Parts: sequence; C-alpha cells; structure tokens
Amino acid sequence: MVEPILRLDGLRKRFGGLAVTDGVSLEVAPGEIHAVIGPNGAGKTTLIHQVSGTLRPDAGRVVFAGQDVTALPLARRARLGLARSFQITAVLPGFTALENAALAVQARSGSSFRFLRAAATEAALNREARAALDQVGLGPRAGMPAGALSHGERRQLELAIALAMRPRLLLLDEPLAGAGPEETERLVGLLRGLRGRYAILLVEHDMGAVFALADRISVLVYGRVIATGAPAAIRADPAVRAAYLGEEEAA
Amino acid sequence: MTGALRAAALPLLVFGLLAAAPFLGLGAGWAMTLLARAMILGIAALSLWLVVGGAGLVSLGQAAMLGIGAYAVVVLDAAGVTEALVVTPVAIGAAALFALATGAVAMRTGGVSFIMITLAFGQMAFFTASSLAIYGGDDGYTLYGRSTVAGARWMQDRLAFHYLCLGLLLGSFLLCRMLLASRFGRVLRAARENALRAQAVGFEPYPYRLVAYAIAGGIAGLAGFLLANATEFVAPSFLAWQRSGDLLFMVILGGLGSPFGAVLGALAIVLLEEWLGHLTQHWRLIFGPLLVLAVLFLRGGLVGLGRRHG
Ligand SMILES: Nc1ncnc2c1ncn2[C@@H]1O[C@H](COP(=O)(O)OP(=O)(O)O)[C@@H](O)[C@H]1O
Ligand SMILES: [Mg+2]
Repeated sequence: MVEPILRLDGLRKRFGGLAVTDGVSLEVAPGEIHAVIGPNGAGKTTLIHQVSGTLRPDAGRVVFAGQDVTALPLARRARLGLARSFQITAVLPGFTALENAALAVQARSGSSFRFLRAAATEAALNREARAALDQVGLGPRAGMPAGALSHGERRQLELAIALAMRPRLLLLDEPLAGAGPEETERLVGLLRGLRGRYAILLVEHDMGAVFALADRISVLVYGRVIATGAPAAIRADPAVRAAYLGEEEAA
Repeated sequence: MTGALRAAALPLLVFGLLAAAPFLGLGAGWAMTLLARAMILGIAALSLWLVVGGAGLVSLGQAAMLGIGAYAVVVLDAAGVTEALVVTPVAIGAAALFALATGAVAMRTGGVSFIMITLAFGQMAFFTASSLAIYGGDDGYTLYGRSTVAGARWMQDRLAFHYLCLGLLLGSFLLCRMLLASRFGRVLRAARENALRAQAVGFEPYPYRLVAYAIAGGIAGLAGFLLANATEFVAPSFLAWQRSGDLLFMVILGGLGSPFGAVLGALAIVLLEEWLGHLTQHWRLIFGPLLVLAVLFLRGGLVGLGRRHG
C-alpha cells in the first residue's frame, strides 16, 4: 500500500465532559477523496480543526506526509502544504479576489519581509493567483473586493485560496454549506475536477455530493468512526443505516 | 488612473499648502512654531497609524517612543553631542529598540490587554524620565540650542526648520504608504482583517506585527528628535499617557483607512486647539464634544470626507 499523505492516530478531544473526538483514526491516500460524514454535532468540524492545527488534540497524533505535525500550529502546517477551507467563509473582505489568492501564493514564494516593492505589482504572484481563480471559474471576478462577491462566489474563492497554496492535502469543511442548487452543482463539478489530482479530506452534509465524489467514506457519530469504506459498502452498512442515513438517502 | 489621481489630490493639496504656508501670511514666529508642532505631531500620529490602521493593534503607549526620541537628544546634549547626524539615528534606534522589546511582550496578548500593556510600558517610561535627576527630573531639561547638521546651525533658521519638518512628514507618509503596499504590508493587512485566514495560508502574524511596531517606534523617535529641537526643551510630559491618547485621537479622527488620515488628524487637532484656545479659556469644553461628534458622524474620518467630496 502507498504511504498515506495523512494519518490520524487515536485522536481525542474533550470539551468539558463531552468527548467530541473519541479515538479517531483514519488515513487519506495520495489523490484520494476521503469524505467524513455524520450528523450535526458529530464532531466533524472539531476533527478538521485538529488536522489543520487550529485545535490541539488531548491525545493521539496527526501525521502529515510522514511527519508528526501534532505539535505544529496552523501556519506551520499550512506551509507544509496542508490547506483548509472554512465552514463559515473566511475570505478577506477588503482584499480583491485576486489579492486573496495572491496572499496564498506569496506565502510559499520566498520571504514576505520585503518592504519596498508594491506586492500588487508582482507579476509572478498575480499570475499564479489568477490561475487559481480561473481554476474555480472566478477569473472574471478577480478585481472585485471579496466582500462584494455573492455567497457562492465566496465559497469558490475559499477553494481558490486553498488551491493557490499548491497544497498536498485539502481539508474542506462543508464547501457546499449555504450554496443554492445551481451553485452546488457548479461546486460539485469543480470538486470533481480536482479528483485524482489532490488528496482531499472532505466534510460534507450533502449526501448526493458525498456519494458522487468520495473514493472512501468514514462515518462519524458522537466522535467515533463507526464505519470506513467505499461508498457502496457504506450505503449498505446496517450500522450506518441505523445510526445515520435516513431511509430516503440510503435508497 | 483618475482614481489614483483623485486619491493623491488631497495629500498634494495639503502638502502644497504646508509648503506655501510661510508665504501665505503664516510666516510669523508664532505661526511657524504652531505649524512645526502640527507637522511633528503628524509624524508621531503617522507612526501610531502604522500600528492601529496598519497592523490593527490599538496602542496607548506611542508617546513613550516619542519621548525616548526626545530624551535621546537630551542625553547626548548632556554628553556634549549635538550633531544631528549622530543624534537622529540614536533617537530613532533607541525608540525602535524600546518598541521591539516592549512589543515582544505586549503582542503575546491581544485586544484590551495590548492596550493596557502598552499603557503600562508607557507609564514605566514616564516615571523613569521623571526620576532622572541629572536630566532635570520632573522639571525637564532645557537645550542650549538646536542640533547642528554636519556642524552647521541651519536648524535654528525658522524657514529651514519648517521645510525639514515638512520633508520628514512627507517622507514618513510615503514610507507608511510603501510599507502597507509591500509584501510585508499585505501580510499585516491580511492579519488585521482576519488573523485566522492569514494563519491558514501560512503566515504567523506575530513577527510581522512586531516589526511594524518597531518601525513605528523608530518613526515616533524621529518625531521626538524634532519635537525636542522645536521646543528646545524636553520634559517627562512628552511621554505622558495623555499624549498617547491625543495621538490616538488624531489617528481616529483623521481616519484609519489611509495613512494620510493621521496627517490630517494631527493638523486638524493642533490647529483647532490653538483656534479654540484663542476664543475662550474653556476651549476644552467645546473641544471634547466636537471630537465626539466628529467620531460619530465622520465614518472613515476626515480622509473619508475628502474622498467623498474631492
Ligand atoms: N469550542 C467548543 N467548546 C465546547 N464545545 C464545543 C466547541 N466546539 C464544538 N463543541 C461541541 O462539540 C460538538 C461537535 O461540534 P462540531 O465539531 O462543530 O460538530 P459538526 O461539525 O460535526 O457539526 C458539538 O456538540 C458542539 O457543541
Ligand atoms: Mg461542522
């Protein structure tokens, strides 16, 4: 078997008396889309936080590209190639779409302790930022302040920022959250285009999207992974059906 | 292009007026003294703008950096050194170092604690200055003249000093603008808008903010050097927290959105203070409410006003 790009090893996190992550172990192979599904409050966002470095686990290890990154903060993991999107959109509203992406390019393009030249005139940064925007179909909106973009466009921009980091692993926390049916269709098409080229840990509520995109699915309930497997196997798993999947979704 | 031109119109106008002021009936001694004070406090306000408007950190200790620049002039004067080419770098360096050391501690926290810790360090500097008996303690220290430049005494000349202050104000303004537009400034701006986002793409805000704070300290030190020379007298009141508050007010009144706001805010407050002071001795009673109204109704500050109508 190939070396996984991400390995979670017995992660535990408690908030007060509540075990929100209760011994989670899972792996993401290179190029694989590994989806994590589970009912609201199952601990999916909390899990993403521990992978990205926003939260420190109480126990367990996060191994990224063979390196134990459990103790590294968010920014360090990002520089290693771990890119995350936020469930609640967190683009920079005062920056243009292009500058949002250019910031991510800048982060991996040499020192940012440069004081003289206007960053907006750096063609190399802008070129790659523009390519990331084009990749998600936001090219025509490059000059718009992110705060003036529609909700769906901001979700696309989240993705463009993550891609501009040239990540080795994408952590996507509900990339479809709050998107309308048309936007959802466009975003799913976009994610399908990333398939095979990026390793993705995908948290998503939209079951249609998950079963269409994922190579593997892990089901999280009360902080525990109750099943991991190919979409067909997950669909047929009686424990999953009982614990989580509604009849109409499983049908 | 026209947008860029319009954005530059107000600064061009104001700097042009300052350059022409001595020939527009403001050449008298009192007027030149006032203008010099306004421009010097403008430099100090610019330094604070870099911290508040640039890095998004509210500080109540900027006067300490100003005062350290001024006391550098005093300490060197007492040691017989009055050469500006020596004094200026020392004033800038001392203030920047103080900012670096105190900022490293203050920035470990955020929000209200940052305000309180900068205030506390400012008060420490204030009481230190008050206790320095060899430099006059509470009474302050009178300089026997302005610094010399390469041995020449041209800073004594009112007009020359006016243009020195103006040049350094313009230079500080352009420096702040350049910094904010650079890679470094882009990280500062990103961290100000959303620190989590900056971290998520790989930037830890701390070192960038700390360097910005140190640069701001250096600029304030330069203002302190000028202020000492303008008044030929330095006292602990230079470092008082009230002055930090005044500077913060200038920055907010002027508008956080652009460094030019700091220049406008400083000019407006110094000139308004003077004008109201002539009208009535109870001018503070008018001044206070006026500032409150300005903050309430001038969203984006004076600079925003210029944008809309200019
Ligand atoms: N910072 C926190 N402090 C206390 N409880 C939290 C915190 N974050 C999340 N929780 C709780 O942990 C549980 C899981 O939350 P979350 O990870 O957001 O779930 P999901 O993303 O699967 O909906 C919820 O019950 C939530 O209330
Ligand atoms: Mg969630």
